[in-house]
Amino acid sequence: MSTKESTGANDNKWIGQRTIRPDGADKVTGRAAYAADTTMPGMIWGKVLRSPHPHAKIKSINTKKAEAHPGVKAVITAKDIVDFPLDKSVMLGIQDMRWMCRNVMAREKALFAGHPVAAVAATTEKIAAEACKLIEVEYEVLPFVIDVEEAMKPGAPVLHDFVKFEGKPSNISGTLEHKLGDVDAGFAKADVVIERTFRTQPVHQGYIEPHACLVSVSDGKATIWSSSQGQFMVRAMCAYLTGIPQNDIRAIPAEIGGGFGGKTIIYLEPLALVLAKKTGRPVKMVMTRTEVFHASGPTSGSYSKIKIGAMKDGTLVAARGTFCLQAGAFPGSPIRGAAGCAFAPYNIPNVYSEGFDVVSNRSKVAAYRAPGAPIGAYGVECVMDEIAEALKMDPLQLRLKNAARMGTKAAHGPVFPRIGFVETIEEAAKHAHYKTPLPKPKDGKVYGRGVASGFWFNAGGESSAQVNINEDGTVVVITGHPDIGGSRASTANITAEILGIDYKKVSVLIGDTSVIGFSNLTGGSRVTYASAMVVTQSTENVITILKERAAKIWKIDPEAVVWENGEARPAGANAGKFEPLSLGQIAAQASATGGPIGAGKQLNTTGAEGGFATHLCDVEVDVALGIVRVLRYTSFQDVGRAIHPSYVEGQMQGGAAQGIGWALSEEYIFDKNGKLDNPSFLDYRMPVSSDLPMLDSVIIEVPNPKHPQGVRGVGEVPLVPPLGAVSNAIYNALGRRFYSLPMSPPKVLATLDLPQAAE
Amino acid sequence: MAKLHVSTTINGEPQEFLCDAEQSMLDVLRGPLGLTGSKEGCGSGDCGACTITVNGRIVCSCLMLAAEAEGQEIGTIEGMAKGETLHPLQQKFLEQAALQCGICTPGVLMAAKSLLERNPNPTEHDVRFWLAGNLCRCTGYDKIIRAVMDTAADMRGAAR
Repeated sequence: MSTKESTGANDNKWIGQRTIRPDGADKVTGRAAYAADTTMPGMIWGKVLRSPHPHAKIKSINTKKAEAHPGVKAVITAKDIVDFPLDKSVMLGIQDMRWMCRNVMAREKALFAGHPVAAVAATTEKIAAEACKLIEVEYEVLPFVIDVEEAMKPGAPVLHDFVKFEGKPSNISGTLEHKLGDVDAGFAKADVVIERTFRTQPVHQGYIEPHACLVSVSDGKATIWSSSQGQFMVRAMCAYLTGIPQNDIRAIPAEIGGGFGGKTIIYLEPLALVLAKKTGRPVKMVMTRTEVFHASGPTSGSYSKIKIGAMKDGTLVAARGTFCLQAGAFPGSPIRGAAGCAFAPYNIPNVYSEGFDVVSNRSKVAAYRAPGAPIGAYGVECVMDEIAEALKMDPLQLRLKNAARMGTKAAHGPVFPRIGFVETIEEAAKHAHYKTPLPKPKDGKVYGRGVASGFWFNAGGESSAQVNINEDGTVVVITGHPDIGGSRASTANITAEILGIDYKKVSVLIGDTSVIGFSNLTGGSRVTYASAMVVTQSTENVITILKERAAKIWKIDPEAVVWENGEARPAGANAGKFEPLSLGQIAAQASATGGPIGAGKQLNTTGAEGGFATHLCDVEVDVALGIVRVLRYTSFQDVGRAIHPSYVEGQMQGGAAQGIGWALSEEYIFDKNGKLDNPSFLDYRMPVSSDLPMLDSVIIEVPNPKHPQGVRGVGEVPLVPPLGAVSNAIYNALGRRFYSLPMSPPKVLATLDLPQAAE
Repeated sequence: MAKLHVSTTINGEPQEFLCDAEQSMLDVLRGPLGLTGSKEGCGSGDCGACTITVNGRIVCSCLMLAAEAEGQEIGTIEGMAKGETLHPLQQKFLEQAALQCGICTPGVLMAAKSLLERNPNPTEHDVRFWLAGNLCRCTGYDKIIRAVMDTAADMRGAAR
């Protein structure tokens, strides 16, 4: 854990400090209220009946026996959810309500094993579960397809008749392409061209808190407590799916037990809302872990083809990428992230990058930390490693030679402003990790080192904040973003910094949809970035008011007042001679000087700019057992400005750990009937503490010129390089390349058993 | 079937409750007893978010029948701080940002406390293997492991 000194001047008092998060004590004492922790008088329980088939026409649903079961209060099916006709798209952000209404409750067909078919509300959770078994569903079982390559083949079972590709019914539901220069001419100039195909399996976000909600409806007005990455998203989607107007829905963000993108859509909330409306009772619904795995979004499995050409001196001249991503039951896989981010770290004059969004009989894809980008970077970073080897170049030097810099035109559109990618490579090259020799092979174990880089877009978007000065001079800041990893602490650091007051005098609250203006999702690495912008402007407006109040007290011109170190002072000798007025003193006189003091700001923020990272990974491979262990891992990331370095490091470490899991052990495994075979934390193998080493993180600060504090998004970039870094380290250890993930022990052993020539 | 009557001790205080024979300790803690600090992440003993102590031993409360609490000493996260005074582990977790979303934190803290009671001078290896039953998806464990080891060092210093 090391933090490089800022590359910019930093005379801040609170920004950059490792303050204690405002919500911390509640979270270490068990007091923090997560969605499943809430109850209400008269509360009943909801449960979902799910399809056992990956693909089946729903011919009829008979709910009579379930309704007659003692304790059952209501049963709902798709007919209770607003239907969005298939021929007209209704978008909310990146989600189409046509798909959402069918994902929360199967309509014409069940499209994955686990697809909700009906839901029951009953006096206890047990009775609700029993009643689900009494619902009679007549299915016409259809052939299914899950794998992305299979789903693209002619003759594959087609999920949606209305999805057409090149005029014919198809599972290819969308395409995207980025073009730069002339890729064929570029390859013609190349001395070395390497082309490889890569495969990845679906992996789950793996948040420890299952989806949960509690919904109460009274006089037609709904209150929703739920675990989500955006209360405004919950409100809007529930309004769409139930027909209740937004002003009659209050969505309260409970503390959230992890999301990583997976809680940017809803599953239970509209069902609980309809059940609560029907029964007149508050309805609580909590998914089991099995349900989370079966029915909430993992990210895409993928099939990609990467081709990169370089000249003898290492100059990259052309790149081509084809990324086929498994969307699950409905369109929407992150092809933009895969095709857009894959080549973005490099200055390549000729690029053709295309993506295919492919539906298949698996739960609908949900966002997962830099959606699509790790898949894109995986193939590109492995091919980069092969090019470096072919040219006998150091892999970091190859990246440095071709690194995107200010002025580089990326294939997905932008011309980069000042970015810190070069710095991440330079820091990695001179870091002790890169210079430390690897252990010699010993006792059947071999060692290797890999490097990889990565890019993520980052996002701005809508945010709202309100900063209020209390009567005693303390401060309350309200924002609209669920705090998923310490963002309240960053907000408090910024507010305290600008006001020049003690951090402890600032309280930060997350407002529900009825108390703060619209704020887009906690996602896209946008929260600290966008919150900082609206909080900064709100606080600056508050300071303007404070100066006016001081001026009024002193009977001088507001222009003659300055705000310094938490006090109003006369701007100079000409302004008059007055003792400074503290925030508390001005607050105490607020009523007499014009009323309560506070200000809010609402913005659609822009200028997030991309984020870059370079990772180093050392592995040990047990040749007899096929077990790969990561021995050392160091991440180098340009974060613009670290408002709270501990939580920045936390993002870097958490992303690296998830990437190591994706590379080595995590995967959805389907049985021959198309049902997920490993829907538990025992069998879906996420890294545990004994699997990992310390995860060193080197923060590099090249301030974002478009942000008041220089912030760049931090949270997602860390998941982009690890798949390549781990793969390249294993190659370095074994001299064998793997072109599919995860590199789990059976696969490692199978690859080691192949004759070398077969590769 | 009639409910079972259970007399137990929770966080040092006598407690009685009624439960169904098949009901888990976690369900009783979170439901009738209102002790929602123990979390359910999986219900199958794989994630450790529901970790409690029974007579000082850590247990996944989702795997324990509530009726088994009869006559036992149960410890939950709610009993870890003494009033407003946090346990040194809780304080260190805050100072070193050893939590992000916080959902695994109660279970991790209960397990870590149990480790330090048995082994005041654990190696990194000891801590990693002791906490291997507590899944955390946010932190990559780095700050958790460091916080536990640093707390152990502080507590050894204080005990000297």
